Amino acid sequence: MNRIDGVFAVLRKKGKKALIPYVACGDPDIKFTEKLVSVLADSGADMVELGIPYSDPVADGPTIQKASVRALKGGVTLENIFALAGRLRKKVDIPLIIMTYYNPVYVMGAENFVKKAAAAGVDGLIIPDLPLEEAYQLKTLADNNGINLIFLVAPTSTKERIQKISHVARGFIYCVSVAGVTGARQKVSNSLEGFLNRIRTQTSLPLVVGFGISSPDTAQKAAQHADGVIVGSALIERIEKNINDSRHALKTASDFIRELKKAIANCKLQKSCRN
Amino acid sequence: MVNSGYFGEFGGRYVPETLMSALTELEEAYERHVNDRGFKEELRYYLEQYVGRPTPLYYAEKLTRHLDGAKIYLKREDLNHTGAHKINNCLGQVLLAKRMGKKRIIAETGAGQHGVATATAAALLDFECDVFMGEEDARRQALNVFRMELLGARVIRVKSGTKTLKDATNEALRNWVATVENTHYVIGSVVGPHPYPSMVRDFQSIIGEEAKQQILRMEDRLPDYLIACVGGGSNSMGLFYPFKDQEEVQMIGVEAAGKGIETGRHAAPLTAGSKGVLHGALSYVLQDDDGQILPAHSVSAGLDYPGVGPEHSYFKESGRARYTAVTDEEALEAFKLLSRLEGIIPALESAHAVAYACKLAPELEKDKIIIICLSGRGDKDVQEVSFLMGGGAGE
Repeated sequence: MNRIDGVFAVLRKKGKKALIPYVACGDPDIKFTEKLVSVLADSGADMVELGIPYSDPVADGPTIQKASVRALKGGVTLENIFALAGRLRKKVDIPLIIMTYYNPVYVMGAENFVKKAAAAGVDGLIIPDLPLEEAYQLKTLADNNGINLIFLVAPTSTKERIQKISHVARGFIYCVSVAGVTGARQKVSNSLEGFLNRIRTQTSLPLVVGFGISSPDTAQKAAQHADGVIVGSALIERIEKNINDSRHALKTASDFIRELKKAIANCKLQKSCRN
Repeated sequence: MVNSGYFGEFGGRYVPETLMSALTELEEAYERHVNDRGFKEELRYYLEQYVGRPTPLYYAEKLTRHLDGAKIYLKREDLNHTGAHKINNCLGQVLLAKRMGKKRIIAETGAGQHGVATATAAALLDFECDVFMGEEDARRQALNVFRMELLGARVIRVKSGTKTLKDATNEALRNWVATVENTHYVIGSVVGPHPYPSMVRDFQSIIGEEAKQQILRMEDRLPDYLIACVGGGSNSMGLFYPFKDQEEVQMIGVEAAGKGIETGRHAAPLTAGSKGVLHGALSYVLQDDDGQILPAHSVSAGLDYPGVGPEHSYFKESGRARYTAVTDEEALEAFKLLSRLEGIIPALESAHAVAYACKLAPELEKDKIIIICLSGRGDKDVQEVSFLMGGGAGE
């Protein structure tokens, strides 16, 4: 069984929600990312998203843009990141999910990319600029290599699209909480519950909310209706503030993940989690 | 191939899920209105009465004599209202946005030509308008920023990445993702996700349609060569497309070789790039081995872009069009030559097409015919050129 599916099966049994932090690989260098992921796993992260920095991250807000610039300036390459994933696979048990824009995948060759990811022990792949219609080749490759290709659903997705996406999605559905780019936001949209309900009617896959989760409060509100939350920019902001002091940065990251974990442990059980 | 969104393997829709419904809505609206009589009439009205179309096909007699070869005609897009071909597309898209019930339009701009054209259409047709422009470009083209503001648009200075056209486009896309319900994004070239490359091509095809009729009237035959500059590639596609089925007409796209292809400081993805995805489409791009997009360089801000329209990539692969590149220095020479010989100051972008014609024409028989797309006028560039000449242009 794919590790992601395994983790959700366990969480569901316990009535718990998944906490999935996003890290920008190589921000400010690969060594730091390696330590950071270990610390996140120890602090309660249920899975981790390894973000591949990209020159033109159109789905990302300023925080992840800046982190990408720092990482690329630091000289991070795809080769470094696959090697990092391989090392992490030996150190931590939690699922590793690569998040990348499509061009690096295309340029490396989709087959080559997926095989390298699988060899490194990567469990899932999220490509924010690869909608369903463009994803068929990669979907087959991912399936054949035991990697969950995770799709995004947005508030603007029509019922027909949600239906089609649910059909091919694996692992979980990445529910984009707002029409917009990534970045910490003050509060969770009032329409989140309705949005998630629309998706629930189409799929039994776990629903994970991302974009805008900024605090224990927003994490808890989102987790009330979902099976998990993704936190990216808010974590990176905390690291950014301590970018020149890696020990302090790791401590801050760890504290933040523990707070979030506690917050989502307190939320009510959802219908979907009870069965 | 029509409207499937692909040109061979190129094109497609590589965008965040949030935009997919909007692109479908746009595609449907475009297909519904493009052949609608009322829409066509309204667009034609504005193109004639407001833009000043048809633009002349001018026989450049002195340039022809100077080069002592093929006969050269200039398709005078520089004579359009706002000074370039960009307005053809902007009016089409803004009229479409009106029919779609959108309230606000956004655009990206490099040198400011497309921004000015969009702001103009927005003023005319009562839209709120935000234009995204790299901070570096906004500084270099301060006058165009003021123009846009006079026209009632807000100019948003983009501070991320290279602070030029590529990042202005990223920021416009990000803004569109967040405002897609009430906003239409007027993309300025034959780039971006489907249906933009086809839609912008169709709105710009009036260039080639007119040129075809005009040359048949003046010469009673089709031209032998079409030459146009290629940044994103909208003026060239507009000229080429109506001739694409006449195999005897050779089509040549001229990219910006910048400081020279061999220096790596250029904006010539078709000449020296590789296949990749940028701004929603698969096409030729400038990138490194990891697929990170590389900054482009050209003296002409309108060509200073690391990507190109997917249909050009298709024309390159199929061999229907040929692509070449000329340097900053060659473009500046052509800029000066056309000004002096014909009394026409071309945009630096268009000067690239003129520069290549200067190489080609002398090698051809005198009974051959070349049409150059003079895509814009050079008023916006005189300050920059004066600076470059004073500072030792061509060094």
